[in-house]
Amino acid sequence: MSADPPELIERTLELSRKEGASEVEALLQQTLVTSVGCRNGTLEKVESAESSGLSIRVFVGRRSASASTSDLGREAVRALVRRAIAMAAASPEDPFSELTPASELARKPEMDLQTCDTASLTPAELLEMAEAAEAAAISVKGVVATRGAGASFSESRYRLATSNGFVGEQAGSLFSVGCGAIAGSGGSRVSDGDSSNSVYLGDLGAPALVGKTAGERAVARVGGRRMTTGRVPVVFDARVSNSLLGHLAGALSGAAVVKGSSFLQMKLGCRVFPESIDLIDDPLRARGLRSRWFDGEGVATRRVALVQDGILTTWFLDRATAKQLNLRTNGQANRTGAGTTPGPSNFYLAAGDHTPQELLSDIKYGLYVTAVMGQGVNGLTGSYSRGATGFLIENGEITVPVKEVTIASNLLEMFGNLTPADDLEFRYGIDAPTVRIDEMTVAGSRPPVREDSKQQTT
Amino acid sequence: MSSANFDFGGWLESARVGRILNDALRDADDGELYLQTSQSERLSFGDGRLLGASFGISQGFGLRSICGDLVAYAHANKFDEAALGRAADAVRLAQRGRTGSWDVSPPRKKRPHYADVNPVDSISFEAKLDLLSSIDAYARSKDPRIFQVGVSVSGSQKLVNILRPGEQSFSERRSNFSLGVTVTAREKGRTESGHKGIGGRYRLEDVLAEEVWHSIVDEAIRQADVNLRSVDAPAGAYAVVLGPGWPGVMLHEAVGHGLEGDAIRKDASVYAGRLGQQVAAPGVTVVDNGTLPHKRGSMNFDDEGTPTQETVLIEDGRLVAYMQDRLNARLMGQTPTGNGRRQSYASAPMPRMTNTYMREGKYDPNEILASVREGIYAVDFGGGQVDTISGNFVFSCREAYRIRNGVLQEPIKGATLIGNGPEAMRRISMVGNDLALDDGIATCGKEGQDVLVGVGQPTIRLDEITIGGTQ
Repeated sequence: MSADPPELIERTLELSRKEGASEVEALLQQTLVTSVGCRNGTLEKVESAESSGLSIRVFVGRRSASASTSDLGREAVRALVRRAIAMAAASPEDPFSELTPASELARKPEMDLQTCDTASLTPAELLEMAEAAEAAAISVKGVVATRGAGASFSESRYRLATSNGFVGEQAGSLFSVGCGAIAGSGGSRVSDGDSSNSVYLGDLGAPALVGKTAGERAVARVGGRRMTTGRVPVVFDARVSNSLLGHLAGALSGAAVVKGSSFLQMKLGCRVFPESIDLIDDPLRARGLRSRWFDGEGVATRRVALVQDGILTTWFLDRATAKQLNLRTNGQANRTGAGTTPGPSNFYLAAGDHTPQELLSDIKYGLYVTAVMGQGVNGLTGSYSRGATGFLIENGEITVPVKEVTIASNLLEMFGNLTPADDLEFRYGIDAPTVRIDEMTVAGSRPPVREDSKQQTT
Repeated sequence: MSSANFDFGGWLESARVGRILNDALRDADDGELYLQTSQSERLSFGDGRLLGASFGISQGFGLRSICGDLVAYAHANKFDEAALGRAADAVRLAQRGRTGSWDVSPPRKKRPHYADVNPVDSISFEAKLDLLSSIDAYARSKDPRIFQVGVSVSGSQKLVNILRPGEQSFSERRSNFSLGVTVTAREKGRTESGHKGIGGRYRLEDVLAEEVWHSIVDEAIRQADVNLRSVDAPAGAYAVVLGPGWPGVMLHEAVGHGLEGDAIRKDASVYAGRLGQQVAAPGVTVVDNGTLPHKRGSMNFDDEGTPTQETVLIEDGRLVAYMQDRLNARLMGQTPTGNGRRQSYASAPMPRMTNTYMREGKYDPNEILASVREGIYAVDFGGGQVDTISGNFVFSCREAYRIRNGVLQEPIKGATLIGNGPEAMRRISMVGNDLALDDGIATCGKEGQDVLVGVGQPTIRLDEITIGGTQ
């Protein structure tokens, strides 16, 4: 880790008080990353980085402002503090933003969240992993080339301190390996990939398996065709079902709710999902990709059930949004460049009772989605329209590949008619099992009766 | 900007830095030391009050060494010779056993495309607060259905210095500002929003007369009003007319990414190996132009020192050029086109777009609309995405209307359009004479790196594309 003195953060607090801040929060983040990429069996890219950043939130009474810098020299930090205090002093009072009072600050728990492995990887070891993944992908029958493979290793340290006595520190590690494969021929090539990320090296997916999966997925896409437009059941594979939780997390953020810009605004305490469905945020999972014992404001984190038995029970909250909504923070503050915003940590949809095969069994004609594209999700209205790739479901079986279609509905309707399978695995930080949505509109090839009078050119 | 940072810790004159650089790149084909210091500030207003004000400084260096097609890159965020020494060790280690022959340097640029200004401090913090407050008040007063107004203003400046061994450095300041307004309105139990943003390489006071921000708010309100009346979009394949300006995001996805030199060289694009072939309908000419004055996507030189230029990519439907950075140009035996860009010192550059647009054609836009018996007219979009290997792309519309018998009818709710790049480009049957560029708010992401870009086009007719509605 870099040579920045650990007292930097404490010095910043002291300096801020001297310059006129009534309260201050300071965060120091340091990261070291090494990554390598190979293609066609040779090294293509080696990157190494050291970075550190200091961010502060200063209060002058009930006025506040945030600032950050990657220049940690004395003069630069002093100038930053002065600027932040000047901005705060010029800002109107904010009745909701405040530091966490000392009595509510987190205390380091007994349990070990295992956020940082002692193992590490050299560039040569990373290259070996990338090469193994690529070699496995190329050896899958039908794979014609790869987009390359990569592996990386990073270590980080995160230290938050407040003027009312909080000091929290967390070290982190992250290992990654990934590969993209290409199949098909001529103008009809397709590609797909796989990757694995983990906090502990021992939990990382085997590079050869990642490569083999990438290759198999690419080959499975060959010959994709469009579906006819219509309303059908849609099943989201576990590699993509977590995207639904991403949209949900946005609508469950206290920041969206206070602005009146969430389609779930009026649904607190109401049924949003079918019975027995739980959506949980668990920051305390050992080796979780987003685990932490204190949130961005020094509040103790805890397991939170956002949805219980299908009923929406709470929002993601930080102090400011909780205060505005007459609620209490639940330790979900994530730091940004401008202070904090409430959001998820290890967020997941709990496993259901059916196998994925059982979810498919009564579908005569439907779509099995393996990838989605684009941004067509409106958090204000819940309107959902995205590009999709996958396979036809015919009489309970996955059959031929499908490409270049869209799936559309409204998230309220989708959540209300959602069934999770039992194949939940923690792989991405936001996770879900295979999920079935009873009905969505698939748009694909031209529906029967529609003609345009304009002369077709070419 | 404090003077201590302006000279990058004295590195620009340091003989020792020069020696470390020469030594690190001695056996390489190409490479450089990229120095950057940036300042940015953002204020956001919502719920009738200041939601947050933040200021940030980001700085650092990136050292790159290239031999053949191997790129070794090391970066750190301090101008500290020990860190540079570690970076040099890292890139030399990665390139061990390889030698190259040093490539030709980029030519020097003659004329800047925007003023050398600092948009962060050109008006005071208090003045910005007043501005946001006035915009908020104006918006709320214009339409009783509006219950929420969001306004954000941000400004940044980035000082870039590129050092190549034994040469004078390339240096410039890139400024950028943007202003965005979102209004949320409710009527008869239905809630919808509208948005408008502008930006570019200006100072804030150059573009902020009252009538300018009035028209931004009016436009956001107009869009919210349209959305309150919108009905479910249809699903299926339709003829689509795209309006001028921002709908050029279609080009960005349908051909832009596929014509970036790295995707071509690695045979990871549906356009690879197709130079000289017809890839779009006749009458379609697409260019990438990094020299447009004041535009968000413009630079004086790219992040490798190559001057920006106007590059005709597709001419009358025929593919004539790719967008190249130095590495891919050299490996493909072509010339760099000033498209080597990076998000910051923390990444190596790769081919990226600047301002990418279609040139105007001969049709009157009204004629284009009138030609559609059953279709869609789309004028505003969110973003898009592309898979360059298959060429399949999506872009999501935010304001669109049904066309029946050549007449605009009811507005439809936002939906995603999906198509295949080469197929969609061949289905452009009419190109209008009303070229417009977007208003300066576009950001392009590729491999986790964001760069500022511009998009644009005239009104065009796409004979068929799939729209992802619910009807």
